[in-house]
Amino acid sequence: MGLSENNKKILLGPLGKNNPISVQMLGICSALAVTSKLEPAIVMAVSVTVVTAFSNLVISLLRNTIPSRIRIIVQLVVVAALVTIVNEVLKAFAYDVSKQLSVFIGLIITNCIVMGRLEAFALGNKPGPSFLDGIGNGLGYGLILIVVGFFRELLGSGTLLGFQVIPQSFYDMGYANNGLMILPPMALIVVACIIWFQRSKDKDLQEK
Amino acid sequence: MQDILSTFVRSIFIDNMIFAYFLGMCSFLAVSKNVKTAMGLGIAVVFVLAATLPLNYLLEVYVLKQGALVWLSPEFANVDLSFLGFILFIAVVASFVQLVEMVVEKFSPSLYASLGIFLPLIAVNCAILGGALFMQQKAFPNLGVATVYGLGSGIGWMLAIVGMAAIREKLQYSDIPKPLKGLGIAFILTALMGIGFMSFSGIKI
Repeated sequence: MGLSENNKKILLGPLGKNNPISVQMLGICSALAVTSKLEPAIVMAVSVTVVTAFSNLVISLLRNTIPSRIRIIVQLVVVAALVTIVNEVLKAFAYDVSKQLSVFIGLIITNCIVMGRLEAFALGNKPGPSFLDGIGNGLGYGLILIVVGFFRELLGSGTLLGFQVIPQSFYDMGYANNGLMILPPMALIVVACIIWFQRSKDKDLQEK
Repeated sequence: MQDILSTFVRSIFIDNMIFAYFLGMCSFLAVSKNVKTAMGLGIAVVFVLAATLPLNYLLEVYVLKQGALVWLSPEFANVDLSFLGFILFIAVVASFVQLVEMVVEKFSPSLYASLGIFLPLIAVNCAILGGALFMQQKAFPNLGVATVYGLGSGIGWMLAIVGMAAIREKLQYSDIPKPLKGLGIAFILTALMGIGFMSFSGIKI
């Protein structure tokens, strides 16, 4: 598949320099609560990518017919319909994970990434690039989620995706899981560390 | 009565929207730069949460739940519309916010001037929809408890954003490592406040 230079930028930009969480400050709400284990973090990342991509596509197709006064409500309805579909699919095929994620699947509706990309990109661009933009931003969001989930599960429970990773001999020598990592506030600290790391590599992103 | 009081205290301190569930973080981080605007947004959130939660509760009990439509006709005893929850809740929130905006603009221009810009923001504040979804999950026994839960969650959110804004105002004078400035330090502060709030978790009423 040959991607033009521009489309490549739209797709890959959000993974690094234009990351929705660490740079654009969008979608933090749901990013943190689901990351105490790796598995729900991955499911959440995939769900958000799907919803962002398809809502971008739909709104981009409709962009010339929506009156701008009621566009927020139209956008919310489109997004809510997509999220309902995702929720029903998860309930049917991954019931345990959908129980763990509880209300946070529903909260994708008000996830600022979805609304932010609809307003900033899909309303002014053709369906093709909008779809790519949705996938890119979903992946950029997912990347942070997965990194946070990885560290929290590894340090907090010594497992990854439910499998024991840290060998028993470590525990025998006196190593203990850090229970603090599972508690909600540590998600914020891990994200802060990611931001710290990214901004010390990339000086342009630093705030004055 | 005891039910109401304990729900109220729990929703403010223990199940705090921000520190326990991270709901409404986007506007929490964006608008917490000075105390006055933070207060404005906080009051708007309290108001909208306390008003939409009972509405959504009625919707849940009389329309969405399995067998909820029995009051129309006994044939509907097996109808379960709960999959429509997301769409209906968000429609209620969005239209209510629009309505409040119009009413406030008409009757109290001064309040509109101070609150107006925040109102549209609230329609997409996760805390509002989150409140509705938690209400659905917790299955409150009656309308009173649901209303108090909405009120308490809103107050908890306001408490968090005003506290955060106060700290960030002082923060301007401190020497923070460059890459952490702005967003990074805000995250760490929220985490520390969250750890502080965890000390409430032992309270039982």
